[in-house]
Amino acid sequence: AAAAMAAQRGTEEMRDRVVLGEFGVRNVHTTDFPGNYPGYEDAWDQRRFEEAFRVDVIREEEGSLEFDMVGIDAAIANAFRRILLAEVPTMAVEKVFVYNNTSIVQDEILAHRLGLIPIRADPRLFEYRNQGDEEGTEIDTLQFQLKIKCSRNPQAAKESSDPNELYFNHKVYSKHMTWVPLGNQTDLFPDADFRPVHDDILIALLRPGQEIDVLMHCVKGIGKDHAKFSPVATASYRLLPDITLLQPIEDEAAEMLQKCFSPGVIEIQNIKGKKVARVANARLDTFSREVFRHEGLKNLVRLARVRNHYIFSVESTGILPPDVLVSEAIKILMGKCQRFLNELDSVPME
Amino acid sequence: VQADGTDGNCVTFVLHDEDHTLGNSLRYMVMKNPDVEFCGYCITHPSESKINFRIQTRGALPAVEPFRKGLNDLMGVCQHVLNTFEVRLFLKSAGT
Repeated sequence: AAAAMAAQRGTEEMRDRVVLGEFGVRNVHTTDFPGNYPGYEDAWDQRRFEEAFRVDVIREEEGSLEFDMVGIDAAIANAFRRILLAEVPTMAVEKVFVYNNTSIVQDEILAHRLGLIPIRADPRLFEYRNQGDEEGTEIDTLQFQLKIKCSRNPQAAKESSDPNELYFNHKVYSKHMTWVPLGNQTDLFPDADFRPVHDDILIALLRPGQEIDVLMHCVKGIGKDHAKFSPVATASYRLLPDITLLQPIEDEAAEMLQKCFSPGVIEIQNIKGKKVARVANARLDTFSREVFRHEGLKNLVRLARVRNHYIFSVESTGILPPDVLVSEAIKILMGKCQRFLNELDSVPME
Repeated sequence: VQADGTDGNCVTFVLHDEDHTLGNSLRYMVMKNPDVEFCGYCITHPSESKINFRIQTRGALPAVEPFRKGLNDLMGVCQHVLNTFEVRLFLKSAGT
């Protein structure tokens, strides 16, 4: 009976924990497909999934969001992460028409820098530009102008060497970019204020007599095409850590154990005069595996991760709030499925 | 989408403009189907964005059926995730 219990614990572990050993990681791949484990009901059941699935929003700040998804598999969580990075569309500067650039920043470098500036414009209000369309219509293009000239300050003191005093407009910031409405955009977006997300991005430096006069077209694009279109600073996930103490650990060993993990993970309690270690909050750990460097401790602890508990962290560049980004990413995955379903239905298979 | 195979049970779908994002998640949903004997996908060449998605079924079920069911299940999952996420956000913002 004991052997059967151990075997069952072993399969449970194989099914829902990814174990970090001293020299490698075990049980990495999902194995709970129908037929692999006798006695387990693994076929897809939407109702069972809905009962087990939950989302917890841990922290929501203005630019970043941390939330948990429990009960989902790696393939789908990774799909959301990939879509957040590469397939949620945004608006960014694509074409730069240079009328005059006498600064020392070359045209193409200037254009590259302008493309990377995040533009506060909701991409859902715009369409993609048609292929081969060079002009751009009002429904798919935003026009910005950057026109700035540096001049000498006649009131500056004679011996001053501070450029802030000597020159006007010698630093070109993103706040100098102004929106030029095309066509009927003033009617379509009466109270919209299209500008770069941050006003203090330094684009170029000028000296007296140099000027920059460019017109920029912003189009809608996705991160797969060029990284400037990616709406997130980064989007990542990690699995929930799971630390189990295989034997009670006391006194000095407990102190050493507490030092091996990130602060707050292991706490020491005083039970009947002896110091006993207990796992307080495994979630905080960053898994540096320091435990495996101590001969006495390495066999007393099992480091693992819970296979279907994902801690997502999404940081937005400011174009769209991170919760909107996650919703858009999920909708994009649905859109992909729908596209193939439509194709399946429309094209007869031979 | 193109399909070819020996008989209706083993079909390789060629999905254009797709990569691991849809490939891996769809493979997971199709593998959860007990009628499927084999399911896998591969990227033919990293410079071209198309994947070969192969399904082999047990018995006489035509392979298009698990493919369609997998897509529908994946849509169901996404819909439920979206609903749960939005409800959670609403509750959190309503609570504060």
